[in-house]
Amino acid sequence: MKMLLVAEYRDGKLLGSINELLGFAAGMAAEVAVFLVGKDDTLPKFAGRLYLAEVEKHLEYNPDGHKALLLQAVEKEEPDLIVFSHSSYGWDLAPRLAFALGASQISEVVAVEGGGFIVPACNAKLRRQVKSLTKGTVLTLQVGAFPAADNSDTPPTVVPIDTDAAPLVRFQGYEAAAEGGVDLTKAGVIVSAGRGIGKPENVAIIAALAAALGGEYGASRPVVDAQWVEHNRQVGTTGQSVTPKLYVACGISGAIQHLAGMKKSEFIVAVNTDRDAPIGEIADVLVVADLKQFIPALTEKIRSL
Amino acid sequence: MKILVCMKQVPDMESKFKLSPGALWYDTADLAWRMNEYDEYAVEQAVRLKEQVGSGDITVLSIGPDRIKETMKKALAMGCDRGVQVADDAAMAKDPLAIAGIIAEYARSRDFSCIFTGMQSQDRGSGQVGPLLAEMLGLPCVTTIVDFAYNAGEYLVKRELEGGVRAIVKVKGPAVFTCQLGLNTPRYPTLPNIMKAKKKELLTVPVAELQKLAGQQETTRIFFPEKKGGGLVLEGEIGALADQLIAILKDKTSVLA
Repeated sequence: MKMLLVAEYRDGKLLGSINELLGFAAGMAAEVAVFLVGKDDTLPKFAGRLYLAEVEKHLEYNPDGHKALLLQAVEKEEPDLIVFSHSSYGWDLAPRLAFALGASQISEVVAVEGGGFIVPACNAKLRRQVKSLTKGTVLTLQVGAFPAADNSDTPPTVVPIDTDAAPLVRFQGYEAAAEGGVDLTKAGVIVSAGRGIGKPENVAIIAALAAALGGEYGASRPVVDAQWVEHNRQVGTTGQSVTPKLYVACGISGAIQHLAGMKKSEFIVAVNTDRDAPIGEIADVLVVADLKQFIPALTEKIRSL
Repeated sequence: MKILVCMKQVPDMESKFKLSPGALWYDTADLAWRMNEYDEYAVEQAVRLKEQVGSGDITVLSIGPDRIKETMKKALAMGCDRGVQVADDAAMAKDPLAIAGIIAEYARSRDFSCIFTGMQSQDRGSGQVGPLLAEMLGLPCVTTIVDFAYNAGEYLVKRELEGGVRAIVKVKGPAVFTCQLGLNTPRYPTLPNIMKAKKKELLTVPVAELQKLAGQQETTRIFFPEKKGGGLVLEGEIGALADQLIAILKDKTSVLA
């Protein structure tokens, strides 16, 4: 089994996601090569060939150029699997490469089983086993689904690559995340509101419990998108990653993007009317109740302790 | 300006799903259907673009059985000018390549200046159809956009990256954009617009006319994730539940000390 792993470079740094890809490859005892548009001062650590293109020329976001570069590496390696992280870089580039190769792409793989790949469906409520019908296959791996490899001390053998393919889009740079406001990473207790709170007025119920517990309140993405809670309180992949002593998830179903930002909390309580909500998978306690009744009752009792 | 929006009808994700082992997918009986959430942002952005340029023509395309027409009517009520249902009772079994191929076949000869899709569907979640469609049509594509501006044939968009950072990208049309949640605030159709939508054109094209590509992957099993189970499930009367939870928090955490 031969794999080509696609590393990512962002804002002048090699991203740690490559270690999960190396861990995935090690789990399948694969021979690996790695592709990176980056710089030779921060290289991934592994024993093998590293196809390296210069980031000054090819930019951090330039999917058409990166596709052309990847095609060169694929031609040289002839890998069975080409593996990306299921990240903003990976899900953008992987389908373009798959199409150019005539290979199938399987998205957000969480496990390998019985000659197929397991992927989530329907907001993580279901799983599908998917098999590729093409000779080579492109995968994107769910972030956190595979353990990161222990880095070897062996430096890779660098194979420089280059292309003059013209970009179809023009990357202008980054805009930093909104700053200021609440630093949830320092809170000992976080009570978070999800879509299940139903209406913006109910944010007050969540904030009241947070205050009674001496903590802060947070929110999942849909609540922030609806502008019921400001973005600097968002927990998850595109918000803050938190590890409080206690995390109370209220009306949050448990999308992977939210779980990624809070699953390392020391103790997790979920309040949800849906017994099957995926949040139940990682909660230490799941309270099956209507939060609009339960949370005020709980707050009242905690205040009078 | 001719605009295409690709829309999918999906079950409400709060539904209690049952499996259909024969179909290798969820059972479609007794589900409430709605517009894929990401596509609501795509429809809204298309309507805003038309409003901005002052003229234009928006086609909303969807692939599936007759029940998808209900959801397409919502897109028409939001402001799309015409609907194209690609009639296909087997749409749910098709992989992203086959779906993108059908859309590309429809779009190829129609000179759309701008194509919007959701960044993924809520049920399959592959996130591939938009970029595959762009590759098939030879168009530039920017995925996961959370900000969109148009000026004189050029688009300035922002992609959402991890940690809330955004990448700013310029692209000349025609182009494909896949829409992330939060891109805009999708409008609720008003009653007059719902009435108007009933008179809008809703064409049906048999899938056989547009399907040229076969799929490249197959679902071989559908199942519920194993309950890892460590968690305690509490049910019952509200007051008693609160007392139980407080006892647990006192025992297992230091937050009530």
